[in-house]
Amino acid sequence: MTGTRTRPEPIDFGAAHVVMRRGSLSARLHLRTLVVCLALTVAVAVAAIVALCLGDLPLSPAEVVAGLFGADDGLSGTVVREWRLPRTTAAVLFGLALGVSGAVLQTLTANPLASPDVVGISSGSYTGGLIVIVLLGGGFAATATGALIGGLATAAAVYLLAYRRGVQGFRLIIVGIGVGAMLAALSTYLLLRARVEVAMTATAWGAGSLTPVGWPQLVPAAVVIVAALFPLVVLSRPLQQLELGDDASHALGVTVERSRLALLVCAVALTAVVTAAAGPIAFVSLAAPQIARRLTGGAGISLAAAGLLGALLLTVSDTVAQHALPVPFPVGVITVVIGGCYLVWLLVREARRTP
Amino acid sequence: MAAPADASPGPNTERRAGRQQVSGPPARRRAAWIVVAAGVLLAVCVASIVLGSKPIPLGEVVDALAHPDAGGENARIVLDLRLPRTVAGIVVGVALGLAGALIQALTRNPLGDPGLLGVDAGAAVFVTIGVVVFGTVTPVQDLAFAVAGALVVTAAVAGIGSVRGVADPIRLTLAGMAVAAVLTGITTALMLLNPDAFHRLRGWNAGSLVERGWEVVLPVTPFLAASALLALGLARALNSVGLGEEAAAALGVNVARTRLLSVVAITVLAGGATAIAGPIAFVGLMVPHVARWLTGPDQRRILLLSMLLAPTLVLLSDVVGRLVLAPGELPVGVVTAFIGAPLLIALARRARASAL
Repeated sequence: MTGTRTRPEPIDFGAAHVVMRRGSLSARLHLRTLVVCLALTVAVAVAAIVALCLGDLPLSPAEVVAGLFGADDGLSGTVVREWRLPRTTAAVLFGLALGVSGAVLQTLTANPLASPDVVGISSGSYTGGLIVIVLLGGGFAATATGALIGGLATAAAVYLLAYRRGVQGFRLIIVGIGVGAMLAALSTYLLLRARVEVAMTATAWGAGSLTPVGWPQLVPAAVVIVAALFPLVVLSRPLQQLELGDDASHALGVTVERSRLALLVCAVALTAVVTAAAGPIAFVSLAAPQIARRLTGGAGISLAAAGLLGALLLTVSDTVAQHALPVPFPVGVITVVIGGCYLVWLLVREARRTP
Repeated sequence: MAAPADASPGPNTERRAGRQQVSGPPARRRAAWIVVAAGVLLAVCVASIVLGSKPIPLGEVVDALAHPDAGGENARIVLDLRLPRTVAGIVVGVALGLAGALIQALTRNPLGDPGLLGVDAGAAVFVTIGVVVFGTVTPVQDLAFAVAGALVVTAAVAGIGSVRGVADPIRLTLAGMAVAAVLTGITTALMLLNPDAFHRLRGWNAGSLVERGWEVVLPVTPFLAASALLALGLARALNSVGLGEEAAAALGVNVARTRLLSVVAITVLAGGATAIAGPIAFVGLMVPHVARWLTGPDQRRILLLSMLLAPTLVLLSDVVGRLVLAPGELPVGVVTAFIGAPLLIALARRARASAL
């Protein structure tokens, strides 16, 4: 092919980039990703303000902003700060965590379907938390610890069961579906064994809902989420290099196994803490990274864009679940429908492209 | 892993081809398995009638069965609760086992199961729509909605899970999971919108044989029996379809008709089972594999043995579910998932996931 060319190809310098320098630090940012992230940030802010406006006492955006910054000490200030803000903050923060978690796992496994909900990590977190609630009757910290241990154990089990001279993507998912089914059965058993009051609390939690989230649950969850996001800022570079394969990234100076383990733990921790606070919210971590990848048009998945898109998805879904329907729904019901439709679309599209 | 089962004639497929020279375990052993399976089924039926959260002496159980008009609390428990429940378990088991075997034979998909492929969820969502929107009350109306839902979802999942008309096992499973997730979300939403429907469908949606009296079982059974006969009649044609479409056509099988009739049988069987007991996954996955392992690749024997093994599994799971949580109950679908999911994992680990 190359022999027939008469003119040399124009040199491709790649996509447009912005370089920021400050002292000895510099960052080279993909221009389109930057623009998309800024746009998504604005969209999340708008969605959050709309969510804060809606409710039994409708408020204007101006009242909401005044209430947020403490300028209003009357009823609307209380409504915004004490009643609606925890829930909206939770939607943004949890969506962010789920989006990033899905992006890390999908990048690590190089598989668009390998999100925590599909490979059973969410089920594992749920069962882990449930064991703590039913058998030990713990508070939020104990439940979150149980969810984290459950999520990590499930991730390890799924990975080992799917391992057979390497982990092949689809096998990982089928094994994940199987493990998820067993964990769901175990959860049902635990719920039926539990006392009625405990079972009712746990069932409400199991639907995936932001309703029970107030400041007391949100603050510790937020601390864990920030603590897990922080290392990911540093680890996002090794993550990109791991996409090139173990040998290549090793040659580029990445400590492969350690980076992968750290990334996996952070991703599972993000999903587990969200599950502990709000129950399993399905499919946000599946859909957000893939939509983000299509928007940014880059080679890999931008963690920032995936997180912001997750935040947008969950905030909008929760607003719809709360206000657009005759009865308030658990947000998990909405995300499962949206995410399931998206998964179907993904399969159809992939089937068309397969030669 | 993604490659469909080898359709080209070769040394391996030859043994499925012939009508006489079907290999596998020797004939005497194959017949013995059928007798053993029938015996086990009988034993499990007895266990299902005798065992329960209230211990009833064997003598009283026999008395109650021998003199149905005698009355008494224990007799009522046996006749009105345990007997219809056992019959429901048999009917549901036969239907699920046959549906699974048919799906696996037709699509040459070792992961074929009405629950995994979302057919149960489709039936469930249509039944829920029937209850919520159209106010259905009778089991036959439930059956009609369940079969319609099963049909729609079967078509949808087959369409999503196929690449250029070739059904790929893993893609089918994923499509089934995705469709089931959406439909389960819709079912939950509908039930939350309508408290009456929630009350009526809550127990049913877990996949359970509790409180399935004669009034639920009897009207649905004739439809299931007809489909079961249809399925058995298709066995020979399915043996040929297993060789690939062209080979089957060359052997004189009308492939399109076989496929159409199979889909009809699958949807009525899976829809009927769901109408009675709610979605129960993994029975249709496990049983045909065990049957194939015991009797070899001939569909006639696989279908026959599945009809015996599947009700055994359903009743056994039901009895286990009754005993582990006594005096409460564990839904049968939970027990089958706990037993069946490891098999799914084992199948996915096999070198050739698509090899039957």
